[in-house]
Amino acid sequence: MFGLDFSMVDWQEVYTATMDTLRMLFASSLFAVLIGLPIGVMLYMCARSTSVWIRACYTVLSFVVNILRSVPFIILIVALIPVTRAIVGQSYGVLGTIPPLVIGAAPFFARLVETALNEVDKGVIEAAHAMGSSTRQVVWRVLLPEARPGLVAAITITVVTLVSYTAMSGLVGGGGLGDLAIKYGYNRYETEVMIVAVVLMVVLVQLLQMAGDRVVRHFTRK
Amino acid sequence: MIELKQLTKQYGKPGRLTTALSGLDLSIQKGEIFGVIGHSGAGKSTLIRCMNLLERPTSGEVWVNGINLTALGKKQLQNERRKIGMIFQHFNLLSSATVFDNIAFPLRLCNTPKSKVEQKVGELLALVGLEEHRHKYPAQLSGGQKQRVGIARALASDPEVLLCDEATSALDPQTTDSILKLLLDINRRFNLTIVLITHEMHVIQSICDRVAVIHQGGIVEEGPVTEVFLKPRHEVTRDFIRNDQLSDGDPFTTLSGQPNERTVKITFLGAKTYESTLSDVVRETGVTFAILQGTISKIKETPYGQLIVRFEGSPESVNQTVVQLQKQGLDVEVSS
Ligand SMILES: Nc1ncnc2c1ncn2[C@@H]1O[C@H](COP(=O)(O)OP(=O)(O)OP(=O)(O)O)[C@@H](O)[C@H]1O
Ligand SMILES: [Mg+2]
Repeated sequence: MFGLDFSMVDWQEVYTATMDTLRMLFASSLFAVLIGLPIGVMLYMCARSTSVWIRACYTVLSFVVNILRSVPFIILIVALIPVTRAIVGQSYGVLGTIPPLVIGAAPFFARLVETALNEVDKGVIEAAHAMGSSTRQVVWRVLLPEARPGLVAAITITVVTLVSYTAMSGLVGGGGLGDLAIKYGYNRYETEVMIVAVVLMVVLVQLLQMAGDRVVRHFTRK
Repeated sequence: MIELKQLTKQYGKPGRLTTALSGLDLSIQKGEIFGVIGHSGAGKSTLIRCMNLLERPTSGEVWVNGINLTALGKKQLQNERRKIGMIFQHFNLLSSATVFDNIAFPLRLCNTPKSKVEQKVGELLALVGLEEHRHKYPAQLSGGQKQRVGIARALASDPEVLLCDEATSALDPQTTDSILKLLLDINRRFNLTIVLITHEMHVIQSICDRVAVIHQGGIVEEGPVTEVFLKPRHEVTRDFIRNDQLSDGDPFTTLSGQPNERTVKITFLGAKTYESTLSDVVRETGVTFAILQGTISKIKETPYGQLIVRFEGSPESVNQTVVQLQKQGLDVEVSS
């Protein structure tokens, strides 16, 4: 069909690449969420503080987040090579792509967290204060549970974005499906392998989105 | 129980300040239901939010149960707030938590043991009549049911004061009455002090003991509801009462009488309302009368009546009638 011959595809290699992508995706999503969530909460809290100093901190933090978000990911990978080496000891392969993926996605996720928290009804937060909650209790018992559907949606968007980031890291030999597509499809004109890699990524994104939507629906009580 | 001293609250930046409250003094006794009524923007919400320092006053002091809240640190304020319940116009329940978990919220804040939480929430659910809804989420409840959850949640920490900011304003008349009844019941049962903010005279009339009328950030009139309601002195108060009774034009002030006529306003209060005093007196003095306007109703549990009556007869017998009525303990005002 269309003059394509899938029999020459090395399925063992496709499998390895898929697993590499999943590994990168899992590790980078995990760290992006672990780092981005507190930053997002901090952004939310600082923006509302009555103290001038804390609001100044917000401006600085917000500026840093904006910078990291506006640098194209492909440039971030290259620019971060020394940092990556310092953290994981190598700047190539699956391990070497994780730090730039995390640093690229965490600020993005933090912004989404801030937006999700902004959606929480102010009245409920006020009620919690009126009942004598401490700030910590407000965050853990009101803000985060009330924002849960929004937070899950934010995680979904971040993970899906990370799928395309992992593909880009293929350009610098990061491994995974993106690497496979470039290595065979672009460098060796083996279109079949590229198609397989792209289809797998599309399926991956679809599955992630469906799973995310389902969890959001489960948590929505409105 | 609650003492506000020279309370002032201003919003905004210097140069563009809005004064929501200006040097307001107020004293609320233990166990009473105190109503605050005022038009939109009068400062009602600001006032009640200052009572638990959700809004920090610009100057002045807030004393609750003998403690000056304005002088407390963050931690101590949190502790004091646990003894002050609050319910809201829009209920402000956690949408992600069930009825049970909403009511348990204040208990869990202070790490109450699980069995105690279970027992206390069970009692509160019974009190507000929501036992069969314990596993529902707020979105599955009606407005009245949500407010019941709000009330149960506010009572969970055994507060000494309950603050209600327009607690019935989002509810229909029947639901409003059932919530007011519940508040009255709670007030009696636990001798709980209730402060209630509203813009409806009807709410004040149903359950309050005392009322303050607030206007442009200050209290313009204050006293027992019967007194303020039957003898309003300030224009704003009269406005509320007039709107409440939906009567247009007051014959007492608009009608001018003939020489042998006298228009009087008779106010009955308490058991006198249902006695035949008026007919007894006119039978004796021989004057005739026409009722121009009248209300007979109740303020909280006190029956009252207010009639505007035109007496006809000789000037002496009309005067005699007025004197007799006053002797019987009725309040009679003669139109000039
Ligand atoms: N957060 C705020 N920032 C600035 N001004 C405010 C704020 N809250 C209230 N005000 C102003 O303070 C005044 C009193 O407001 P408040 O909300 O206490 O009125 P209210 O009597 O509760 O009115 P309503 O019946 O409409 O709720 C108003 O002029 C209002 O514009
Ligand atoms: Mg208000």
